[in-house]
Amino acid sequence: MRRRDPAVPIAVLVAALALAPLPLLLGPFWQSLLVNVLMYAALATAWALFSGPTRYVSLATAAFFGIGAYTTAFLGEALPLPLVYPAAALAGAVVAAVVGLSTLRLSGVYFVIFTFGLAELIRQLVTYAEARLGGTVGRFVFVDVTPRGIYWLLLAVCVLVFLVGWWIGRSRLGWALRAIGDDEIAARHCGVDTTRTKVAVFAISATLISLVGAIMAPRWTYIDPAIAFNPILSFQVLIMALLGGAGRLFGPLLGVVPLAVLFELLQANFPNAFSVLLGLVFLGVVYLLPRGVVGLIEQGRGALRLARRTHPRPAA
Amino acid sequence: MQPLLRIVGLHKSFGGLRAVEAMAASVRQGDVLGLVGPNGSGKTTVLDLITGALKPDQGMILFGDRRLDRLPPHAITRLGIARTFQLVRIMPSLTIAENVAIGAMFGADPCSPAEALARALPLLSRVGLAGRADHPAARLTYIDQKRVELARALAARPRLLLLDEWLAGLNPSELVQGIALVRALAEDGITIVMVEHVMDAIRALCTRVLVMNAGRAVAEGTPEQALSDPAVIAAYLGEDGDA
Repeated sequence: MRRRDPAVPIAVLVAALALAPLPLLLGPFWQSLLVNVLMYAALATAWALFSGPTRYVSLATAAFFGIGAYTTAFLGEALPLPLVYPAAALAGAVVAAVVGLSTLRLSGVYFVIFTFGLAELIRQLVTYAEARLGGTVGRFVFVDVTPRGIYWLLLAVCVLVFLVGWWIGRSRLGWALRAIGDDEIAARHCGVDTTRTKVAVFAISATLISLVGAIMAPRWTYIDPAIAFNPILSFQVLIMALLGGAGRLFGPLLGVVPLAVLFELLQANFPNAFSVLLGLVFLGVVYLLPRGVVGLIEQGRGALRLARRTHPRPAA
Repeated sequence: MQPLLRIVGLHKSFGGLRAVEAMAASVRQGDVLGLVGPNGSGKTTVLDLITGALKPDQGMILFGDRRLDRLPPHAITRLGIARTFQLVRIMPSLTIAENVAIGAMFGADPCSPAEALARALPLLSRVGLAGRADHPAARLTYIDQKRVELARALAARPRLLLLDEWLAGLNPSELVQGIALVRALAEDGITIVMVEHVMDAIRALCTRVLVMNAGRAVAEGTPEQALSDPAVIAAYLGEDGDA
């Protein structure tokens, strides 16, 4: 049911077609909110492709997002747009492969801390390089994309993320990932090349995240490392995926919709207390819904089945 | 004939503890080799060295003419060596059939997920879990989890199967079934190395026994020979004047 369902690609395409005309109908406020929802949907789902089944919590989302955004800023003028996005994706993939090979031997909290440190390191490196080589920190993004264009590109990336996730879930790669998440040592002794599996999926996830960063960059018109590599993003994506449930392809989506709206409200009304409120939301999610909304739904279904079994309906 | 598995001059220390010292052994095709000895004598360490879970400090392990001692565990499994663990390691979020399918998918004869799930079913009936393919593995009893582990190891289509106290903890009737099952595997042509404390099982199954004590092989032979060797009795019961 969860991994063999051929209805997934059809549902994804139908949903995308239904969402595609919305920017033509809605005003700028709703359009901008939807862009946020799509961005977080793509990011949280892409994050969960790797971190969901393996249970390796990555805080490197901001790093890959920033790499994508900066690629657009650097190459936006020099290259035609259809080449900028693949370049950004490639940059994310290469960094992820290098980082993955050197760190995916780490487990548990060491991996979490390393990925967080990585995002900070890249931010500092970009700041240093810009100041040293360009003389200024930050740059304008000269790319000719309308807000509607950004919406449609993000929608396309969402479709891509879900299709890739669906494909991984059915493939040997997905089975290898689930085996690793359950018992990495047992997986290795079953013949699973755990390093290669983890690096491959980490890179796929990072590629998609970089692509989102590349698409989002023109929205700011001016970016600097503090915007592009904002560590808060890593935490937001993590909370959304956890709230929805990182163990299922559509789990993160269930967390994205309420939290994207909530974050928008909090940021608009309490800009100075935002990180504190974000922390409180984080605590609430982890304490109250450790398995996410998906876990809650499955628990409810299980209880229902049990109730039916213990109190069978009398035959008519 | 060339032995299937050959261990030469194997050493492994953990800090100051010499877990395996100057170990040599060979396993012929078709053997059921019993690896016995007191707790802490290095038996599980030997299995961990063969399967690549640990790297030896010195020495060589040859499988046919391939050296195993530098390969990672997954590569060793793909060459045709599968194992069970002393403390069971199943994948708790997968079903019974999915656990076994993982072995088939990535083992010595890898296949697609669909085929792996199909291959799992006959193995489940072989280990006595027929009809429970879709049960979550996490909810099984310890003994049934051991059965899942064995089916998963068999799904990898090994030429050499390493069992780490697979028969421990079985009740008398389960033990009879367990012994029959291991014998049937041997008759299928799978070479077996089993770490075991159940002497009845060793006598019933093993073609040869290797006795270890304090990291060294102290006796080898048929079960009768090896288990009555004075060095073995001393290892288990302590020598005179030891106490």
